[in-house]
Amino acid sequence: MGEVKKHETPLLDQLKSGPWPSFVDDIYNYAEKHKKQSGFDVLGQMELSYKEKETHWKHGGIVGVFGYGGGVIGRYSDQQDKFPSIWAFHTIRVNQPAAKWYHTSALRKLCDLWDHRGSGLVNFHGSTGDIILLGTVTEQLEYVFYDLTHQLKMDLGGSGSNLRTPECCMGMSRCEWACIDTQDIVYELTMQFQDELHRPAFPYKFKIKVSGCPNDCVAAIARADFSIIGIWRDDIKIDQEAVRAYVAGELKPNAGAHSDRDWGPFDIKKEVIDLCPTKCMYWDEREKKLYINNKECNRCMHCINVMPEALRPGDDRGAVILMGAKAPILEGAQLSTVIVPFIKIEPPYDNLKNLIYKVWDYWMENGKNRERVGEIIQRIGLNRFIVDVLGLKPIPQHVREPRSNPYIFWKEEEVEGGWTRDVAEFRKRHPA
Amino acid sequence: MSERPEKPDPIYTQPYDPTLAEKLYNPQKPMENRITDIGPPHYWQFLPPVIQRNYGKWKSHEIIQPGVLKYKAESGEVVYVVRCGTPRLETTDYIREICEIADKYCDGYVRWTTRNNIEFHVTDEEKLRALLEDLKSRKHPGGSYKFPIGGTGASVTNIVHTQGWIHCHTPAIDASGVVKSIMDELFEYFGSHKLPAQVRISLACCLNMCGAVHCSDIAVVGIHRKPPLVEDERLEKVCEIPLVIAACPLGAIKPATVEIGGEKRKTVRVNEDRCMFCGNCYTMCPAMPIADGQGDGLAIVVGGKVSNRITPPKFSKVVIPYIPNEPPRWPTAVKWIKKILETYSQYANKYERVGDWIERIGWERFFELTEIPFTWHLIDDYRLAYNTYRTSVHFKFTSHVEVMTDYEY
Repeated sequence: MGEVKKHETPLLDQLKSGPWPSFVDDIYNYAEKHKKQSGFDVLGQMELSYKEKETHWKHGGIVGVFGYGGGVIGRYSDQQDKFPSIWAFHTIRVNQPAAKWYHTSALRKLCDLWDHRGSGLVNFHGSTGDIILLGTVTEQLEYVFYDLTHQLKMDLGGSGSNLRTPECCMGMSRCEWACIDTQDIVYELTMQFQDELHRPAFPYKFKIKVSGCPNDCVAAIARADFSIIGIWRDDIKIDQEAVRAYVAGELKPNAGAHSDRDWGPFDIKKEVIDLCPTKCMYWDEREKKLYINNKECNRCMHCINVMPEALRPGDDRGAVILMGAKAPILEGAQLSTVIVPFIKIEPPYDNLKNLIYKVWDYWMENGKNRERVGEIIQRIGLNRFIVDVLGLKPIPQHVREPRSNPYIFWKEEEVEGGWTRDVAEFRKRHPA
Repeated sequence: MSERPEKPDPIYTQPYDPTLAEKLYNPQKPMENRITDIGPPHYWQFLPPVIQRNYGKWKSHEIIQPGVLKYKAESGEVVYVVRCGTPRLETTDYIREICEIADKYCDGYVRWTTRNNIEFHVTDEEKLRALLEDLKSRKHPGGSYKFPIGGTGASVTNIVHTQGWIHCHTPAIDASGVVKSIMDELFEYFGSHKLPAQVRISLACCLNMCGAVHCSDIAVVGIHRKPPLVEDERLEKVCEIPLVIAACPLGAIKPATVEIGGEKRKTVRVNEDRCMFCGNCYTMCPAMPIADGQGDGLAIVVGGKVSNRITPPKFSKVVIPYIPNEPPRWPTAVKWIKKILETYSQYANKYERVGDWIERIGWERFFELTEIPFTWHLIDDYRLAYNTYRTSVHFKFTSHVEVMTDYEY
C-alpha cells in the first residue's frame, strides 16, 4: 500500500471529545491502521462540508449489479481532485437477518470482505434495517456481490421503486408480549417476494414492517406501507398474586424503568386504573383483586407494560393490518390506517401474502409515478380502497370517526331507479 | 414456519477468500456463476442457544439497572442483556471489537436493536459483572466511550438518524455530528432512568425524513430556506421535466423555454412565492440544486410517538422553525433540545410521553414553559391546516396574550 494523505480537520477533531462514541475517532483509527485513503478523504470532504455547511456529494448515481435493479446507492464526490479516493463512494445495502441477531463468525467474515473491497465504513444499520456497507468504487460492486452470495450466503437489500427490505421487532426471540412470530413472518415474506425486492416493478417504494404487539418497537405504524402489528382477541391474563405483589411494593412497576427518580410508592389506582384509556379496569381494595372488562379494552399495552409479572396478552392471538404510512413527501406524512382488524397469522402466511398481492395488483396498475400506497388511498378514498379494491366489509373500526361533511358518493346501483331520468317526465309533475 | 438451521452455517467458519470473486466473476460472461434471490441469512442460526430454547416462551422481564435487562423464561431459564450505545456510523474495526466482546462473554452471539444499540446476552451473573466492567473500560483515544451502557427504561436512548454530509446529496444539515453533539450533552439521560417516560430523539437531514422524525418525542429535521437554483443550460439534458413539475407539492414549478446562445432550451421556472423549499424537485432533477450554507439549518419538532400505549400514535409538531447550522457542535440546537427535555422532565407526570404532556397542558403552556418564541411559521398553512387551528374558546392565558384595547389601521 502506498502513502496515505491525512487532511487537516480542526472542526471534526472537536467531535472526538465528549462521552458519546466518536465516529471521528473510530474512522481515523481505522484509516491509520489499515492505511485507507478513503477514510481520510471522506473526513476531509466532511470537514469541507463543516466549513461551508453544504454537502459535497454529487446528485444521484445509478450503479448496481447485473440481474438486479436495486440494492446499491451510487454516490460521487464533487471534490474529486481534492479527495480522489472517494471519487465514487457507493453504498451497498445487505439484507440483515430478521431482528438483527448475529454470530461473530458471520460478522468477522463480512468485515474481512469490506476491508478488502470497500472503505471499511458501515452503518449498523440503515433505518429500514439493512446492513449498510458505506463506500466503494463501481469496479468493486460485482465482486462484493459475488463475495456476499458465494462466501457469506447474504443477498442485497432493496432500493428504488420496489419492495424494500422488511424488518421486525425482536418478537418471540426475547419478548413475552410477542403475539406473532415476527422474525419468521419477515423471513418468509422476504423470501417469497425476492423478485419484487430485487427488480423494481412498482410505482414507488413499498415497505413491510412487523411488530409483535401494539408497543410497536419497529415503528411499523409510522414507517411501513404495510404494517403488521400483533394483538390478541380474548382476555388479558391476570396473575392476581403478582398484582398484589406490585401493590405491596414487592415488584417494581414497569420492570424498573423509572428507578432513578422518586415517584413515590406504586399506586395502582393512579398509575394503572386511572390511566387506562378506556377506563375498563377496577381495583377492589378490599378483595385485593384486579378486574378488567376485556370487552372494553383497546389493548394499548399500558397495564401490561406497568405490571409485566402480573399481566399478559391473551391466548387468541393474531395481527392487525394497517396500511399507508409514509414520510411527508409528497402529500404530507401519514400513519398507517386500520384495514384488517384481526387476521390469523399461521405459516405459510398465505392469507397475508394474498392480501399483499391484492394491494400490489391494484397499486401497480393504478398508482401514479412515485405515488405511495398511502397516497393512492387518499386519492381514491379509504372507503373505495376497502370495498372496491380489497373487497372487504367496511366496519366502524376502519375510522376514528365517521365523516362530518355530507358529500357522499352513492353508486348508481344503490339508488332505486338508477340515474337515467327524463326531464320531460319530471316536468309533468313540476311545470317550469 | 421456515426451516430452522440450528447453528451458524459452517461457511462462516471458512476464512474469507479475497481471490474467489475474481475467479468466479467473469465480466465477459456476467451471468455465469451468478447467485441471486437467496435473501437474508436465516435468523434462527444466529440465536444464542438459550434464546432458541425459550423462543416464544418468555415469562417476564426486569430492568435490573440502566442498560441491563433480565428475562425470565417459562422454563425458569434466565438471560441477562446488556445494551450499549453505538454511533451507527462506524468501521469494521469497531464491529470487530464488538465481535471480540461477544466471543469472550457471549459465545459469539450479539444483536442490534431497532435504534442501533447493541445487545450482549449472558446467562450468569458473574459473566455479567465482568462484561459490564470490560465495556466501561473501552474508550476511544479522544476519551469517548466505545460502548456506553444504557438506553433502557425512562431514558434518552440512541438517536435514530440519517446520512447527512457523510453520504447524501440532498441534506440541509449533517447527521452524525449533530447526533454526537446532542448525545454528549444528554449523556446522563442515556445511562439513567430519571425521566417521566422514554424519550425518543430522531434526526433527519432533510424533509424526506428518512427514519422516525415525524413520530418522535423530540426530533431534528434539516430544512432549506431558499428556492432552488435552475441550471438552464443543463436542465433538459439531465431532467425529465414532467417529473420535476409533478414533484412539487405546491405546484410552484412550470415549464419554460429559454434562449441560450441562439438555441432554444426547455427548462422550468419556479414561482418563488409558492416555494417552501422542500427540495423534492432537486431529488428529481440534478439541475435544481437547493443547498445553501447560509439558508440551510434545522427545525425542531416534538410530541410524536409510535406506540399505542394510553394514547394513539402521534405526529411530531414543529416548535422551532429554524436554527442555523453551527458545526461542529451545533450549540443552539443542542441548547434548545436540552431545554425541551428538562422542562418536560420537570413538569410531566409519570408515564407521560412528551406529546401526552403537551396535550394535557396545552401548546400555549408548552411554549410558555420552554420559553420557545412562537412565530408565524408554526401555524400550518398546508391543505388540511384548518384542523390545527383553535376552534374553541378553550385556551389558557399565558404570557403570549396581550389585551387588545384599540386597533388602528
